[in-house]
Amino acid sequence: MIEKADQIFILLSHWLVSFLPAWLQAAAMVLLGVVAIVVTFPALFAVTVLLERKGLGRMQNRYGPNRVGPYGIFQPIADGIKSLTKEDIVPRSADAVVHFMAPVFLVVVVFMGYAVLPMGRNMTLVNMDAGLLFFFAIGASSELSVFMAGWSSRNKYSLLGAMRAVAQMISYEVPLLMSSLAVVMITGSLSPNKIVDAQNQYTYGLPHWYIFTPWGFAGFLLFAVAATAETNRSPFDLPEGESELVAGYFTEYSGFKFALFFLGEYVGMMGISGLGTTLFLGGYSAPFSWLQWVPSWCWFFGKVMLSMCVFIWVRGTLPRLRQDQLMNFAWKFVLPLTLLNLMVAALWRFMGEGWLRWVVCSAILLLAYTVMGRVGMRREHFGPRSYRYAE
Amino acid sequence: MTPLTGYLLVAALLFAIGLAGALTRRNAILVLIGIELMLNAANLNLIAFWRYGPNPEALTGMMFAIFSIAVAAAEAAVGLGLVIQIHRHAHTTDLDAMNRMKG
Amino acid sequence: MSLVFYVIAGLSVAGALAAVLLKNTVHCALALTVAFAGLALLFLELDAQFAGFAQILIYIGAVAILVVFAILLTRGSETPKDTVYSRHWIVGLVTAAGIFAVLGWAVLHSTVALPRETTKPEVTVMDIGNALMGRYVLPLEIVALLLTAALIGAVIVAMHDKEGAQ
Repeated sequence: MIEKADQIFILLSHWLVSFLPAWLQAAAMVLLGVVAIVVTFPALFAVTVLLERKGLGRMQNRYGPNRVGPYGIFQPIADGIKSLTKEDIVPRSADAVVHFMAPVFLVVVVFMGYAVLPMGRNMTLVNMDAGLLFFFAIGASSELSVFMAGWSSRNKYSLLGAMRAVAQMISYEVPLLMSSLAVVMITGSLSPNKIVDAQNQYTYGLPHWYIFTPWGFAGFLLFAVAATAETNRSPFDLPEGESELVAGYFTEYSGFKFALFFLGEYVGMMGISGLGTTLFLGGYSAPFSWLQWVPSWCWFFGKVMLSMCVFIWVRGTLPRLRQDQLMNFAWKFVLPLTLLNLMVAALWRFMGEGWLRWVVCSAILLLAYTVMGRVGMRREHFGPRSYRYAE
Repeated sequence: MTPLTGYLLVAALLFAIGLAGALTRRNAILVLIGIELMLNAANLNLIAFWRYGPNPEALTGMMFAIFSIAVAAAEAAVGLGLVIQIHRHAHTTDLDAMNRMKG
Repeated sequence: MSLVFYVIAGLSVAGALAAVLLKNTVHCALALTVAFAGLALLFLELDAQFAGFAQILIYIGAVAILVVFAILLTRGSETPKDTVYSRHWIVGLVTAAGIFAVLGWAVLHSTVALPRETTKPEVTVMDIGNALMGRYVLPLEIVALLLTAALIGAVIVAMHDKEGAQ
């Protein structure tokens, strides 16, 4: 019974596919998987948008949307209808082909990333040996669509927003990869399935999730920071800051194309949260061994939605970082810490079991964090002001 | 025509297109684009020979191609830095206009 | 020769042609990205998954963006005053055509010694890792040094000259 609930989607798809002739069945399985992903994640996107608006509203001491339906639950539907029926304005001097391709490219690329995430037991769409590399390669391609959007609008502010966004995304690409490299090193494989299998074990009822190790905890925090910057979320959302650059690189987009950008951003956030849960939070494994009766896909989606809630929470709490502070933070703080984290993970692996490795690794990481925080992030001291008058 | 011949012909075609681009365009950046196309064609050649060659377990072709990708990326970075600096100096990237050694 | 190969090869060649023929430089860079993607798909078709994903990650994720940034920083996206082709374009075209002819002739006339169909090699990332740390460790270290030198070199070459105090 528990097995059936756990594998219900797999059993359902096998049953549906059994109606087709044998030579068509493999393709139909893949197609069913794709359709499931394309249906589920935009639905989650709608839920997330509502959650964000209500959540941000409550954090800012106001109600969110509450007119459309009880507690505003039909707001995403109203938003969808609005964006579909709004006029699609393309500026006359804009580059029509590139202007059209940019949101399409973004949406295609972010959906492709879901192919390697293990969403439940046996529920990975494509079981690739180098799955993690595939995810990062596809994620790196999404930067190009941001640039395409900003450049094709022939608008100074869009272009500026696009350049800033691309510079930010490139800078945080390296810490993102390096913080997941520690996980790959300890697991010994680039396949997300094997990474989740390595975390799916329990000692005294507690799971072997990587976040419960010192290097895993530091790695998770660094991954979270880099993921927030990669998806251009607050506090790293200067490129789309409403008060600075109108709307940044999608100023000139209206109607459905804007909705596609919005969809692409949130679906990308969910994808990278999915990767974070796979790498550090144990993917589809349950928190305690006596909770394994809950289906595995419940845990995966629960953890992803929890990450989205944390994203929203951070957005409502922290102020925005300036561009140079952002870049400084990336290159001078996050990147050295990820390198150190990699070495600490190696140390953890070779120190053998026992309490000593916990103490040593935690001490090294805490020391590094404190020292880098004091030394690397010193505030600039300005000298006495000098005045220059117009002659 | 064997599959290997097909891949080698595609690689030769890409190489020729890249060479034509590098030799006929004015903008210095397009010359670099042509060079990147040539390097990619060479990588395709390497991987095709690795796959259809006598000893694919030794991974020689794939390793060669990966190192070539890394070196090409480094060379693109330095080349584009040079082009930016030249633009700052001569205020143009037109290669036909840069035909004197004097600055 | 499968249909998939023809489609992907057609895509790559079309992208490459667009990259060298279009007038607008940014369009050329985007067409180059299409050519890179087509080549990555060709690598995947040749069962070289690691090389294919590395191609996407490095070329589309980094080199294409570098090219685009360089175009923007050198005002390449403005319309050029003269034609985009150099004065002696015919020489370049003839040279490239000649080289393609020689290469094509060599390919079509000399593949008698190679076997027709080989079994698919089972390459895991573990094998690549072992090779990189075993037999190919020296090239790996040299490439690391090269990349560091290129990094420092690119920063120094493209740095603003410090002007004297006004």
